[in-house]
Amino acid sequence: MQTVTLSVNRREVSVTADGDTPLLDILRNHLGLMGTKFGCGLEQCGCCMVLVDGRPEKSCGKALSTVAGREILTIEGLGTPERPHPLQQAFLDEQAGQCGYCLAGILISAKALLDHSPSPSRDEIAAALDDNICRCGSHNRILRAVARAAERMRETGISR
Amino acid sequence: MTAAAPTPLPPLLASNPRLDRWVGFREPGRVRVFTGRVEIGQGVLTAMRQIAAEELDVSHERIELQSGDTDLTPNEGYTAGSQSIQFGGVALRLACAEVRALFLDHAAAAFGYSRTDLSMDDGAIRHRGAPTGQNYWSLAAGVDLSRHATGRQPAKSPGDYRVVGHSAPRVDLAAKVFGEPAFVHDMVLDGMLHARVVRQPRRGATIRTIDEAALRRAAKGPIEIIRNGNFLAVVGADETVVEAVAAVAPSHVAWDGIDAINPFQEEARWLLQQPSIDRVVGPPPPSAPAPAANRYEATYTRMHIAHASVAPSCGVAVYRDGRLEVWTHSQGVYPLREALARTLKLDPAMISVRHAQGPGCYGHNGADDAAADAAVIAMQTPGEPVRVRWRREEEFGFEPVSPAMVVTARAALDDAGRPVDWTTEIWSGRHSSRPGGGGNLLAAEALPDPPPAPPATESSSPPGAGTRNGEPLYGFPAKRVVHHLIAETPVRTSSLRGLGATLNVFAIESSIDELAQRAGADPVAYRLSVLSDARARAVVEHAARISFWQPGLPSGTGRGRGIGFARYKNIAAYAAVVVEVEVEEAVRLTRVWCAADAGLVVNPDGAINQLEGGIIQAASWALKEGVRLDNAGISSRDWEGYPVLRFTEVPEVAVELIAAADLPSLGVGEATGGPTVAAIGNAVAHALGARLRDLPLTRERVMAALLKS
Repeated sequence: MQTVTLSVNRREVSVTADGDTPLLDILRNHLGLMGTKFGCGLEQCGCCMVLVDGRPEKSCGKALSTVAGREILTIEGLGTPERPHPLQQAFLDEQAGQCGYCLAGILISAKALLDHSPSPSRDEIAAALDDNICRCGSHNRILRAVARAAERMRETGISR
Repeated sequence: MTAAAPTPLPPLLASNPRLDRWVGFREPGRVRVFTGRVEIGQGVLTAMRQIAAEELDVSHERIELQSGDTDLTPNEGYTAGSQSIQFGGVALRLACAEVRALFLDHAAAAFGYSRTDLSMDDGAIRHRGAPTGQNYWSLAAGVDLSRHATGRQPAKSPGDYRVVGHSAPRVDLAAKVFGEPAFVHDMVLDGMLHARVVRQPRRGATIRTIDEAALRRAAKGPIEIIRNGNFLAVVGADETVVEAVAAVAPSHVAWDGIDAINPFQEEARWLLQQPSIDRVVGPPPPSAPAPAANRYEATYTRMHIAHASVAPSCGVAVYRDGRLEVWTHSQGVYPLREALARTLKLDPAMISVRHAQGPGCYGHNGADDAAADAAVIAMQTPGEPVRVRWRREEEFGFEPVSPAMVVTARAALDDAGRPVDWTTEIWSGRHSSRPGGGGNLLAAEALPDPPPAPPATESSSPPGAGTRNGEPLYGFPAKRVVHHLIAETPVRTSSLRGLGATLNVFAIESSIDELAQRAGADPVAYRLSVLSDARARAVVEHAARISFWQPGLPSGTGRGRGIGFARYKNIAAYAAVVVEVEVEEAVRLTRVWCAADAGLVVNPDGAINQLEGGIIQAASWALKEGVRLDNAGISSRDWEGYPVLRFTEVPEVAVELIAAADLPSLGVGEATGGPTVAAIGNAVAHALGARLRDLPLTRERVMAALLKS
């Protein structure tokens, strides 16, 4: 057992758990943040994607001991129904999803892309999302939603 | 005004006739609507809400939809087969229409209004357009909805629709976009335990030894080991601890009675040598074969396909005070309740099964089995809720997969090259082994006294299972379907989106393209020459038009186009798909166009989303998917072993609906699968100048075809 301090969605938290505990389990079972999903536990599907110091990482394969002092952003930290992130608004506008299980991870991957690439092409968006599996076939809507969010963020200068 | 003749009740309303099983007005300003249909990613909750809002004349914000709960909702069997709107929606529509009429009748009688002067506006009753002060809620105590539906009140005519037929946003999407707990996987109950099952490596395997000490050494916290016959599970309060033990458990449990299988069976042709249950539908074959120049025959195959839902299955259960409560993403809460009662030897009345959302399921995946796992464990931990979340390798390794298939298309042709006699001959494992419908729950088989397996049955076409879409819709003078049902397969098989239609349509539509080529005709023109159904012709023509179809483009250039068409089950939606590909070593999809006719479409954007999703999924089946086997069973147990189409491989897709609002709704959820796979096959054949008949169309198979040609 060890106690680790990290920042989750801009708030400092301390967690006491086995150092090998996957960050995904910390988020879901220790911090009650159910937005980040388990998909495979093998770092293959992207359902558990979070930002670690601004970089997209699969939280199923990230041990607690390796994220001490890091800044974690999960889907819950992206925006709220009252103040949606432009990506979340664009996903609703495009109705980009079917079952929606993959969306939290995809939104995080898209956020990582738009943070450093404000006007990505369709191919660039697809490449940024290639680690995320969508099985329902909502890909085209998702690609359009990310492009739409990018456009809105350029227009408004909002890029939370 | 003369009373309308009673409409015969749609089957689901006849079997659930009490109106209060469909609609209730308990809370002022709110409407409770009950549907037996469940959300499996297809958007059914949104469409049902639209139907209820339309017929009750209330704004959709007032509606609280209760879905799939054995305590509350009508029994509509399974949410499957693209039937929710076509059948469930029709029942809900008529129930709501009758409820609205009962309230207006009551208002007229109670307050002396002329019934024809009354109308409903967002739940409030108006008299000649003016408010009466009465509404559903003020009158609810006086209108007995425990009565049975009569069907005497016809639903609105489509010309009067204000909600149905207009795109509505998904009611469930926002929660998922904001990361709120939306899935059964996210449920947390007080004192909930986490569990993992140590699965029998093969059906019928028995535990020889369990190295309990090794399991406990692997546990970094308290665990319990639960055993019941050959059902073995690890249970504890800390999911991380339980998961770590489950990961190593297979190497600490020894089993007897593991029957090895032949990995050769991953390819479908082994089916041709198996004993089968045979059935012929259609006229007897011609007494003499056609001359060789007028004969066509070709054989097509497909491997087993996985549902490969993006999340592994999950179930939650608690056994408390003699009652079992289960939360599941199963497609059928009532059939699951029956199967659980049989498995656990409980009275079904003592079991409540409630639907909670899961990942898109596309058919009978591990959802029912995970719920059963949770229930079996919960019976041994009374009072403590149990959550079982399958492991990724468990979902790939133990979910029922869609059976491998072989289809031979055979035709005798007239001198113009058009079939006068057609045979589709099908070899397939079972497409239905749902609990209660031909199969048992996985956990049940491991228990000491398992219930007998229900008999294997497959419905005949339409809708059919293995034979689904086996009969071409084309107007050939004689058509027959020969079905060889192979009951014994190396791995458990069951329904996956499209069932037999996927390979049957691939075989038929590939053959049609070859017949067109033989006749020197363009594939679109040839189809139209043998297709008399006006709606079928319209989707083929529309798809050709929006894709700028050009006859006579040379083949073998590395670029190709193909078309595929079917009316799903020959009774649901019509769809034609055109695909454009580039083939070097591998197949790359560049564009897809689709035209569909689904009659009255409740939520056009929802229907397009389904048709589009079906296209992408079918493209994945066609190009990449096949379950791999080794001696121990399914060996493709992760996303590297079982690759699916990724974002960089997805083509742009354009879907257009043909307006037909005055015609009954036709199920769309599975309509594009067969046509897409067929269109890809035809496009690849066009690009290569050589035809591939075995799915998936992988790089290796393309290379082999290129070497041969």
